Amino acid sequence: MVKEAFDIDALIERHGRERSSLIPLLQEIQSELGYVPKEAIKAVARELDIFEVEVYEVLTFYAQFRLTPRGKHVIKVCLGTACHVMGGQDIFNYVSQVLGVSAGETTKDGTFTLERVACLGCCGMAPVVAIDDQVHGRQTISKVEKLLREHAANDVGKGEHVTKDAK
Amino acid sequence: MPAVYINGSKVEAKDGATILQAALDAGIYIPHLCHHPDLEPAGICRLCLVEVEGRGIVASCQAQVEDGMAVWTETPMVQKARQISLELLLTNHLGDCLSCPKDNECKLQEVASYIGINEERFKQLRMLAPQFPLDESNPFFLRDPNRCVLCGICVRTCDEIQGIGAINYAFRGFATTIATFGNKPIVESNCESCGECVVRCPTGALVPKNYRKPAKEVKSICPYCGVGCSIYLGVRGNEVVFVRGDKDSPVNEGQLCVKGRFGFGFINSPERLRKPLVKRNGEFVEVTWDEALDLVASKFSQYKGDQFAAVASARCTNEENYLVQKFARAVMQTNNVDNCARLCHAPTVAGLNIAYGTGGGTNPISDIDGASCIFVIGSNTTVAHPVVGTRIRRAARRGATLIVADPRRIELFNHAHVCLQQRPGSDVALLMGMARVIYEQGLHDEEFIRERCENFEAFVESLEQFELDFVEEVTNVPKEKIIQAATLYATRKPSLIIYSLGITEHSHGAENVLALANLAMLTGNVGKPSAGVMPLRGQNNVQGACDMGCIPASFPGYQPVKDGAVRRKFEKAWGCRLSEKPGLTLVEMFQEALKGNVRAFYIVGMDLAYSMPNARMVWEALERAEFVVVQEILMTGTAKFAHVILPGASFAEKDGTFTNLERRVQLIRKAIEPIGDARPDWWITCEIAKRMGATGFDYSHPSEVMDEIARLTPSFAGMSFARLEGAGIQWPCTSPDHPGTPILHIEAFNTPTGKGHFSPLQYKPPAEMPDDEYPLILTTGRSLYHFHLSMTRRVEGLLALHPEERIWLNPKDASKLGIADGDKVKVISRRGEVFTRAKVTEDVAPGTAFMTFHFYETPTNILVNEALCPIAKTPEFKVTAIRVERA
Ligand code: SF4
Ligand code: SF4
Ligand code: SF4
Ligand code: FES
Ligand code: FES
Repeated sequence: MVKEAFDIDALIERHGRERSSLIPLLQEIQSELGYVPKEAIKAVARELDIFEVEVYEVLTFYAQFRLTPRGKHVIKVCLGTACHVMGGQDIFNYVSQVLGVSAGETTKDGTFTLERVACLGCCGMAPVVAIDDQVHGRQTISKVEKLLREHAANDVGKGEHVTKDAK
Repeated sequence: MPAVYINGSKVEAKDGATILQAALDAGIYIPHLCHHPDLEPAGICRLCLVEVEGRGIVASCQAQVEDGMAVWTETPMVQKARQISLELLLTNHLGDCLSCPKDNECKLQEVASYIGINEERFKQLRMLAPQFPLDESNPFFLRDPNRCVLCGICVRTCDEIQGIGAINYAFRGFATTIATFGNKPIVESNCESCGECVVRCPTGALVPKNYRKPAKEVKSICPYCGVGCSIYLGVRGNEVVFVRGDKDSPVNEGQLCVKGRFGFGFINSPERLRKPLVKRNGEFVEVTWDEALDLVASKFSQYKGDQFAAVASARCTNEENYLVQKFARAVMQTNNVDNCARLCHAPTVAGLNIAYGTGGGTNPISDIDGASCIFVIGSNTTVAHPVVGTRIRRAARRGATLIVADPRRIELFNHAHVCLQQRPGSDVALLMGMARVIYEQGLHDEEFIRERCENFEAFVESLEQFELDFVEEVTNVPKEKIIQAATLYATRKPSLIIYSLGITEHSHGAENVLALANLAMLTGNVGKPSAGVMPLRGQNNVQGACDMGCIPASFPGYQPVKDGAVRRKFEKAWGCRLSEKPGLTLVEMFQEALKGNVRAFYIVGMDLAYSMPNARMVWEALERAEFVVVQEILMTGTAKFAHVILPGASFAEKDGTFTNLERRVQLIRKAIEPIGDARPDWWITCEIAKRMGATGFDYSHPSEVMDEIARLTPSFAGMSFARLEGAGIQWPCTSPDHPGTPILHIEAFNTPTGKGHFSPLQYKPPAEMPDDEYPLILTTGRSLYHFHLSMTRRVEGLLALHPEERIWLNPKDASKLGIADGDKVKVISRRGEVFTRAKVTEDVAPGTAFMTFHFYETPTNILVNEALCPIAKTPEFKVTAIRVERA
């Protein structure tokens, strides 16, 4: 389940209302919830008396922030130079299609988050996919399919979309 | 004044000027892209680089001049650095200038041709195909990120000028773009479609849709609200194709809202009335002007005296309004003449007259900038008077204390320090409660009260009943907030009160105004800069319609018809006998028509069938009347009831003057020929009069009417069209060398005693309170995208931004009624029912509902109570007991 609750008053108590509190505030929300929900952006903007779109600017500028909830498993498909040459894009497209999400998004049931990364530092095994920071090299579509199935199966009843769509 | 040497020549610069400003002022060009004179410098584009001796290369838009500084704008180092900056910008810019709407007006083209580029390098880098999708969601302008140079002018405009922050930078690196919150299409953001960013964008990244370049420009005044923004009408052929704000105007300083900037489509609308129409066998048939005018003249001759009533137009010019009341009084021999101010600000005129002796706002709009505290009550300013609204937002962001009181959680709440959400109709209690706090804490201005005011003791006595517990119960505002608001208002001087129809449209509207007048006197906040009381008048010339005597008890300039000397002056000037009996007010005219006492109407430019309370009563009265003439630019709901329709010219088709909410009389000028066979309203009224054998209606131009007004009206004595060129004049202006009066009551009040008059007040509940059968209170108001009905609905884009009525309900009430957002509902009051859809929102308090009145399909005013304020005869639009059901 996606966590959404945050206690803005307590957060403000800890960090204050200065403009410089913005990033620490957002970081704490993110470490608490795994992402920064829209409602939190609104609350932070209100408390710091800045525009919502200013908070959005900061969130989209720093790669560390996420605007959508993080799933139970994070799949990183590498599109660095080596992986790209070895067909990383096909793998990415496949995963994206099967899960029905694009980069940075999480499946509706909260099982998978898909991310696109640039080089995981093991180009020798390209193309590379990492699930929950465990690296899997020399991937093919059928290997990825298996990986997804395994991870989905760990969550009983939550992986229908994988078995349904994947061939 | 610092002197700097630019390229060896000496230049005198203003104190605090930047090098760029100093150079541009001296006629020396330095290329620049992210600089805009209205905005804070940002130093983003790096094109304005110059070399300063001893400092090296600096961005001239950010560096301030210093005395004796030596600046070189074209050294090889500068040129090289600029060229690199430019090439980097151009590589991220879609290069097909020929298909860009900004071609030839683009700042990027200008700097590129000045600086020049290295073709070879550039060829390899340039962007050939669009990389980002267009945002076409706004009906008035297009956003093309492929042509954006990320100069940030739009972002700073929306922040610094508009004060709402709809857009900002988002993402980073090559993906950097200007986005709304959540990168949604701009119509889904909090953007108010003002177009301020569009007019400032240097490139084709923000452009008006369907732009056509005007062949000439004519200076005029916005025809919508009482702010009276100064505009230039861009004309091509006989068509108005563009509108821009007038930067030199003290009223709007170039700014406009969405209606003023984009809402001009009604002028050349195919739906304009082009020929006089006469109703025969229930159908309108076109006739010639001679036929129509002769018919009207011969019919009106049969209804002289008090069986005739004229309704003047707050949309028409001062000169035209003057003529309508002159016609009613001199030719029709009745004082039955009124205008739509009766429905809105008559309580202002009455209340401020009692308290201060002049029924107009005390201070100019620009005084908002200098106020330390601004108290806004009963005004959804950012929606109804947007350009004043942005000024308030800017003041609050600059540090002024903002107190906002409104039954709805309006947009200004986001910028306010104290928000009071009072129950509709409880304003006297709230304001007297605040007065009591101020008095008890000794925060009142004793000296001002002693020297400048009267009747203070009686007022203090009446504070007795406003115990804070009682006030809290009546208003539903917590005591602490009342104390906080009162203390801030009394101590952060100068404090300015801004109010509008939320104060006046009540069965005790004049008393609400008196309560505000009391509060300002109590704290000595009258007759001073950035203080006072500012009523925001609704229509473009509602101030003028009243000033011109289109009210039943006064000649122009509020000279009473009862006053024998005044009457004799007008009798002599107009060569006729005049009635001393004050005429009927607007609502009374229709009540009398129902009884058969008023039998003929002359209605100029007012859609009263849909803007009056208890609309059904008005419809019946119009049906009963024997002869109804409607003078209009468009077929309105009211015109359908007419026997004769006379097609008038719009504001763009004639000369004249409008008076805005700060009493500023401003010229409008003929920009195009009248559409079809339409004629200026002043001409029509004069023709009717002449055909009835009247004399004194031979004018060849409205300026002659103004000359007559000046001769007969002391507060206009110094006005003439020649003097009104430029920014206009604020009345009173009593002689040809009088500069006008921006601030009233500086030395003395205009009352007979010269003293400001305190009024003791009592709390009276609204005429209609909720009960078991009608448990909710309905309050009404405006939308940003519409004015009343007929004009804005002819502007496609405005209709797209706000296509239909919604009744706002609090989630608590909605769930009790089993109503979900978007559900179809029936709204029922004691007078009628309408169908609409629900909008479920926390922005209205439980027990309260809200609707606008902009749609013929949902005639909200059927519901509204015609209970009148006994002093001003204004109906209670703001409080109606209703019941809502699922439909
Ligand atoms: S849209 Fe226009 S004003 Fe805004 S950053 Fe881009 S180029 Fe500048
Ligand atoms: S149109 Fe006005 S409100 Fe909308 S983004 Fe531009 S400046 Fe901001
Ligand atoms: S604020 Fe009023 S006068 Fe100014 S542009 Fe908007 S509608 Fe016109
Ligand atoms: S490019 Fe994929 S691991 Fe380096
Ligand atoms: S104008 Fe100076 S950096 Fe853009």
